[in-house]
Amino acid sequence: MTTYLLRDASPLGAGTTDVLLADGVIAALGDDAAAARDRDDVTQVDAQGLVLLPGLVDLHTHLREPGREDAETVRSGTRAAALGGFTAVHAMANTTPTQDTAGVVEQVWRLGRDAGWADVHPVGAVTVGLEGERLAELGAMAHSQARVRVFSDDGRCVHDPVVMRRALEYVKAFDGVVAQHAQEPRLTEGSQMHEGVVSAELGLAGWPAVAEEAIIARDVLLAEHVGSRLHVCHLSTAGSVEIVRWAKSRGIDVTAEVTPHHLLLTDELVRGYDPVFKVNPPLRTQRDVEAVRDGLADGTIDVVATDHAPHAREDKDCEWAAAAFGMTGLETALSVVQEVMVDTGRFTWADVARVLSTRPAEIGRVADQGRPIAVGEPANLTLVDPGVRRTVDPRTQATQGSNTPLRGREVSGCVIATFLRGRATVLDGAACDEQVVIS
Amino acid sequence: MKHLLSAGDLSLAEAVQVLDTAGQMAQTQSREIKKLPTLRGRTVVNLFFEDSTRTRISFETAAKRLSADVINFSAKGSSVSKGESLKDTALTLQAMGADAVVIRHQASGAPHRLATSGWTDGAVVNAGDGTHQHPTQALLDAFTLRRHLVGDGADAPGRALEGLRVAIVGDVLHSRVARSNVQLLHTLGADVTLVAPPTLVPVGVEAWPARVSYHLDEVIADDKPDAVMMLRVQRERMSSAGGGFFPSPLEYSRAYGLDAHRLAALPEHAIVMHPGPMNRGLEITADAADSPRAVIVEQVANGVAVRMAVLYLLLAGGGAPAGARTETKVDQ
Repeated sequence: MTTYLLRDASPLGAGTTDVLLADGVIAALGDDAAAARDRDDVTQVDAQGLVLLPGLVDLHTHLREPGREDAETVRSGTRAAALGGFTAVHAMANTTPTQDTAGVVEQVWRLGRDAGWADVHPVGAVTVGLEGERLAELGAMAHSQARVRVFSDDGRCVHDPVVMRRALEYVKAFDGVVAQHAQEPRLTEGSQMHEGVVSAELGLAGWPAVAEEAIIARDVLLAEHVGSRLHVCHLSTAGSVEIVRWAKSRGIDVTAEVTPHHLLLTDELVRGYDPVFKVNPPLRTQRDVEAVRDGLADGTIDVVATDHAPHAREDKDCEWAAAAFGMTGLETALSVVQEVMVDTGRFTWADVARVLSTRPAEIGRVADQGRPIAVGEPANLTLVDPGVRRTVDPRTQATQGSNTPLRGREVSGCVIATFLRGRATVLDGAACDEQVVIS
Repeated sequence: MKHLLSAGDLSLAEAVQVLDTAGQMAQTQSREIKKLPTLRGRTVVNLFFEDSTRTRISFETAAKRLSADVINFSAKGSSVSKGESLKDTALTLQAMGADAVVIRHQASGAPHRLATSGWTDGAVVNAGDGTHQHPTQALLDAFTLRRHLVGDGADAPGRALEGLRVAIVGDVLHSRVARSNVQLLHTLGADVTLVAPPTLVPVGVEAWPARVSYHLDEVIADDKPDAVMMLRVQRERMSSAGGGFFPSPLEYSRAYGLDAHRLAALPEHAIVMHPGPMNRGLEITADAADSPRAVIVEQVANGVAVRMAVLYLLLAGGGAPAGARTETKVDQ
């Protein structure tokens, strides 16, 4: 296994040090590491001016395999993840067949392991076939090789309060968490975009903020009642931030995520009817964007998760109503967080590490990810050049999906290298040759 | 003007130009030979993904009176019903050399997609998209309003609709006619009041340049509207599956229907409009629909003239059509 010396890296953006990666762990820091500068059996990486972060952990990724390999595969999706600085992703359960049995989650886990680009932690469906009626075999998935800890019907809401209560209670047996896609189904029938001034003008059926907030309010109260852990997926409205803030102040064990697109984009973009901006939950208003930024800054929102949702081109190359919901995000998430939170002075790089690595790993109960940058820790790391400006072009991305909402947009920061247990998946800003990755 | 996608895209000058051109077109339609040679050799495709015999025939008549070749492409019985995408349909029409595509689609924004996606080079005319826009309907309504209520009964070329009070009554939430009319009437200087039960007004309406009232009788008494525009209300909207927007047709008619009593309460000169097709007995009674104040049939006739004007302006460029020249002046 190659030994790497990251020279003059800046861990969490503070100070500089050399970092020696050997045998899958951080072998040395500081002068001990610098002693390897002259060794020709060590691959030297010039990390001057680069920020060193723990490898990013995504709590919310759609890898589409099995079932929609035309949109993304575990291999292409995790390659995109590595290029985005991720060393672990949580693969959502809405595959075909659904990830609702030990067999399917093990298949996805194994595909991830074989691809080798990032650790794949399958999310288990809460209910059979995401139908919201009967609990899936949550225990079997938890005790499978995939060791599932996060359960979600994402894409659909566990709307039946009794089913939700049972799920919250049941996963306590194996320290699991229910990640809720908060969307009251009756209030959002046929909905196409955020309900407000823009939807009124465009004549698109509205997805009201209250449909998200009502479910979150119900769920935090349920979680309190049964003493369970709840995670709120892709929170998108100002009201949702308020409710989660209130729940946390009350001591309820709730965590929340926000997506990069909800931190950056608004429903004004829908005016051109380009389905690349069609996403669920929908892009909200500027007021909501400000609120989720505030929530992320003050810790109400725990993590940024991509909700990376690649689609086949024909599912976006059509009229708005016929288009699929979702946008890609793995290869741009870190840039968005930098632009919205770091470049504006609201976040240090340590905060970035917290919301994109440490907390998501804790919520997902992933023990070997999101660790401190310290000797003996697993060498899951990413090196970022915050000074680079780059233009997003889906044709040069690794994801099979071309549905990035940032097409043509200039963003800040670029991942230069990613290491998964000491092995480089990305070097010099490019994905490492697959054979090297597998070896 | 490259396309006509939304009534809101028209400036005051452009809107008045369309109305003036429509006036010239209307004059030619009283001649024995109604056909003009203006668009000879040009191809207009009527691309209808949603049934609308009335609108299609209106556009077809307009295009033929301008000597254009007309192709009617209806989703029913075509490859579209076999799952062909809007994109492939558009590419096919492009390959056949369509100069203009008149599109009716159930999805809001479909004409916008057609015009901006590079699938076709032709001019795109929105003939109604979902619950978004129906700009030629708004133009023909404005044309009808101007004929009756501006000037001295002639066409009033060059004039806008300054100060006219128009009440638009009914299912605003699902109405592309309402959205188009609010924008165009505002551009033309009219004052619009929307009248509907609160369930049939969209969240976000506060940004529209219109007043909202839940009481038709108050609006008739206080506003003394110069025109009332009744919107079609689909009966299925009251069912639970249809959204449960109002309790019963009877309750709707009682509060928001135009009947002989309300008709009598309108100012003497006020006109009654309806985009059709009407639900007689629901939003409008026969007494109101068939009264001399109703201009509903005339709206249909004006539709041809307005659509001739739109096709002419999009395909033959600016200026007045040969043989129909009159002075145009825009009142600012």
